[in-house]
Amino acid sequence: MTKKAIIIGAGHNGLVCAAYLARGGVDVTVLEAADQVGGAAITREFATDIRVSAGAHLLYALDEGIRRDLALERYGLRMAAQDLYTIALHSDGEYVSMADGTLGGPAATEDDKLAMAKYHRQMNRFAKIIWDLKGQLPPRLGTTDSKDLTSLGKLGLAIRRLGVEDMREFLRITGINVYDILQERFDSELLKGALSLDGTLGTFLGPRSNNSVFCALHRYNQGKDFAIPEGGMGTVSTALDGAARAAGAKIRTGHRVASIDMDHDRACGVTLENGETLNADIVVSNADPKTTFERLLGQRHIEAGFANRIHHIRTRGCVAKLHLALDGPPQFAGLDGEQRGQRLVIAPDLQYVEHAFNHAKYGEHSARPVMEINVPTVHDDTLAPAGTHVLSANVQWAPYDLKAGWSEAKDAFLTICLDTLEAYAPGLKAQVTASELLTPADLEAEFGMTGGHWHHQELALDAFYMIRPVPGAAQYATPVNGLYLCGAGSHPGGGVMGCAGRNAAKAVLAGQ
Amino acid sequence: MKKYDAIVIGAGHNGIANAAFLQKAGLDVLLVEKNTWLGGAAVSRNLHEDWIYSNCSYVCSLLRPEIYRALDLGKYGLQVVPYGGSVTISENGDYLAAYDDADATRREIMRHSPRDADAEHRFNRDIMRQCRFIRQFLLRTAPDPASFKPRDLLELLHIGKKFWGLGEETIYDTIRFYTMSISEFLDEYFESDLLKASHAGSGIIGSAMGVMSPGTAYVLLHHAMGDVDGSAGAWGFARGGMGAVSNSMHACFEDHGGTTLAGSGVDQIVVKDGKVTGVALENGDEHYADVVVSNMTLPRTFLECMDAKDLQPEFLEKCRNFKIRGSSGKLNIALEGVPEFPALRGNKELQKADMHLIDSIERLERAYDDWKDGIWSQDPYIDMLIPSMTDPTMAPPGKHFMSVFVQYVPPKIRGKDWTDEDRDGFRDTVLNQIEDYAPGFKNLIAHVEVRTPRELEDEVGLTEGNIFQGELTMDQLLFNRPIPGYAQYRGPVSGLWMCGSSNHPGGGVMGAPGANAAREILMDLKKPNTVPEGWLDD
Repeated sequence: MTKKAIIIGAGHNGLVCAAYLARGGVDVTVLEAADQVGGAAITREFATDIRVSAGAHLLYALDEGIRRDLALERYGLRMAAQDLYTIALHSDGEYVSMADGTLGGPAATEDDKLAMAKYHRQMNRFAKIIWDLKGQLPPRLGTTDSKDLTSLGKLGLAIRRLGVEDMREFLRITGINVYDILQERFDSELLKGALSLDGTLGTFLGPRSNNSVFCALHRYNQGKDFAIPEGGMGTVSTALDGAARAAGAKIRTGHRVASIDMDHDRACGVTLENGETLNADIVVSNADPKTTFERLLGQRHIEAGFANRIHHIRTRGCVAKLHLALDGPPQFAGLDGEQRGQRLVIAPDLQYVEHAFNHAKYGEHSARPVMEINVPTVHDDTLAPAGTHVLSANVQWAPYDLKAGWSEAKDAFLTICLDTLEAYAPGLKAQVTASELLTPADLEAEFGMTGGHWHHQELALDAFYMIRPVPGAAQYATPVNGLYLCGAGSHPGGGVMGCAGRNAAKAVLAGQ
Repeated sequence: MKKYDAIVIGAGHNGIANAAFLQKAGLDVLLVEKNTWLGGAAVSRNLHEDWIYSNCSYVCSLLRPEIYRALDLGKYGLQVVPYGGSVTISENGDYLAAYDDADATRREIMRHSPRDADAEHRFNRDIMRQCRFIRQFLLRTAPDPASFKPRDLLELLHIGKKFWGLGEETIYDTIRFYTMSISEFLDEYFESDLLKASHAGSGIIGSAMGVMSPGTAYVLLHHAMGDVDGSAGAWGFARGGMGAVSNSMHACFEDHGGTTLAGSGVDQIVVKDGKVTGVALENGDEHYADVVVSNMTLPRTFLECMDAKDLQPEFLEKCRNFKIRGSSGKLNIALEGVPEFPALRGNKELQKADMHLIDSIERLERAYDDWKDGIWSQDPYIDMLIPSMTDPTMAPPGKHFMSVFVQYVPPKIRGKDWTDEDRDGFRDTVLNQIEDYAPGFKNLIAHVEVRTPRELEDEVGLTEGNIFQGELTMDQLLFNRPIPGYAQYRGPVSGLWMCGSSNHPGGGVMGAPGANAAREILMDLKKPNTVPEGWLDD
């Protein structure tokens, strides 16, 4: 007889998992608390008739295989813009642009152009190694299982294949920080500042914090440049929704799961907030590990050591999301209309970024934040009435557990964000007709991820591959029989890749 | 002119250990030292009346017992005396002590947090597990993962076996331990900020990272993996000051017929047609040998004491990129009496202990922020001892020597070299900090020696004042230390060797780099090995 599976949460990973399970002949029901699918990959109104990608706002990591398998184009996935490159903004208009390893703009020096070519080549090669792990079921260590040893052997071989020089460099830099490797390679402060953002965006790390090279690789490996789906990130989710339904999955929005139910030692279903109980042979959670084990399941069902590991997962989100409605196109110093549509970065130098991070360590928001900005309306007229523009920005650092409390500090931080933007786009403040600032606390409230953390937990060497989310649950199956994880908290993390969802589906099907 | 079998540059403890092992193996060794005194950073100096200062390194624990036994250092006068625990003093007038007596320590922690008293057991167990793992590799040469030589493959296999042998859970914990920050690591055990701060100190001493920087958990390990007379993790004083370590090694070296030339530094390491032929001293003398071993830091050896044309530009580039940022300073103070710390409430025992003036993770991290901005910490972390409470030979009767280690101190002040005004400003910051905890302390001061990174570089030759001859981060550990591809003590020129702490397993007065280098040299010269290998403890 066909197995019944319930998936908690219709985030992009939950939907991917649903699609693959349904195709695997499992009877799948997805339960989503919100009224629309997508979790943090959605498009919604933030002011009258003005819509924005309310969570993730750039598409750069969606797994090609998933895109092909699920034929997402058939279900409405279209790009409004592709191959967006990065421009590091400078208040005097002396910007530098980075497109696929090629530097441009007034601030690009000859030495830096050469160094960038080398850096880009090396980072891509190193990133490929991590990239190739993403589709994998992480191995267990310390075992004699041939499958585990094979995948480790493959990893070792891949590193060997880099050749002596690159292998040595890979083993040298992967564990350290972007500050050091950028200082070794580049001259331009602006360039170094902008590149350091790759290693620190969405994490609780400054440029000088070790691990930041790993995070840079994790972002880099997402290979291709940035894209903006037509109609915002919600289009990705609706396409996944379409594919999942077509495969036979049932998807019920507006159904919030209150608890995961146990039958002795195995998960047997869920109870909804409205009291309804649903039975299943398998429960797959797209919620973050903390929510799954501490809120939905309850610690009494897991052994103490494992509960301790779950409890200490670092979920302190530190990025705020800023949405602005503008009555005209923003005028960034030195940029023309075409450039305005690219991925714009405010991170003028390493010192600036490091100082912005310093505040976060003590539960304060940055006095001068760093930003990753895009203006989707340059490419996509479906988001707002003609003439109106939307600016979407990731702003950090804005720690979840702000000492002052967000209700107090939110307005002040919004002012800081606007002043910061004004310095790089004179006159922008006067263009603002509506604004929305989502702090990590707001992100937690809206999307349900603990701490408002993008990746459901810090992305770091101590939480990656065979130890993500925690040892004992890294193969998507958990110590609780019949309970699986499929969210960004699991390998290989967030970023609208879909890999966690597909890997989890594979693990479930393999377990049958 | 006479030709030696080997010339060792720099009579720091690693240089002397290296020379002693080579001499013991029957080589005719010349040891050259730029200073008129021996010992480098493991030295006892008499700089004020009858006081003896351990004016750089000040406590002893990491010195490998295998080396102590192999060179018979006891016979040559080295005696290590354990001291009485440690105490962390907080600004609000409380303290947290750790005694030799585990039960006493437990009761003390209970006073702050009963939960943490239990966690302390788990913590010590887990740290000890990591120590026992790493100790096996300290007296072994790291394999080159990029090589296909049988020797390297076998060593990789050896490490892999040991690693696998830890068992699944511990393997995961080990990976996390090596990649986490000390504050995150401590958060998984403790709730008391004072207890966290007291442990966290060991995670940053000598390091250019903050307690919240990933990678600092390993630095804690580096300070915990030693022992005194087999009591693991314990620290002690070398009787007569840290110079006793170097002096006993040197006595062994001379006893076996070694030659020492002190008072003139090396101007250049001489290379002829791709081979090392000897050294030219600053005083004009030249000495010859086919084997030249440098105990100097990596940058000093290759960027200052060699001709660039003898080296590959890529190699020089890597030397320039070597991370050797100084982060510590030191005050050596002659005292007329023992300072009173009201917080200790007259607990005389604790005056013999290792005193830490700190009380929170946040204060430690903020101290690091100052360093990042190129100034010494305005609210510094202080690690303070009064060796003369335990070892009366350090000061005149009734008087005392106080060793004050300070974190953080930058190699340059906002990008500029240290001036005497800066040095005095730093001194005052530290003295005032101590005065805050011990009112009246300043009135006891008879003499102060201030050691900023500038003094450490100029006098001892520690580039940028880094006490480990190179930072202990993942890019510079094991087979990456000092430079990938050069982690087996062999320099880029035939006949040139490296034996300083810039090499695996790093600094801390272990003697291990010197010993490992000697083993490699003897192997190449096909001489009988006099150097212990691996882990000979218990």
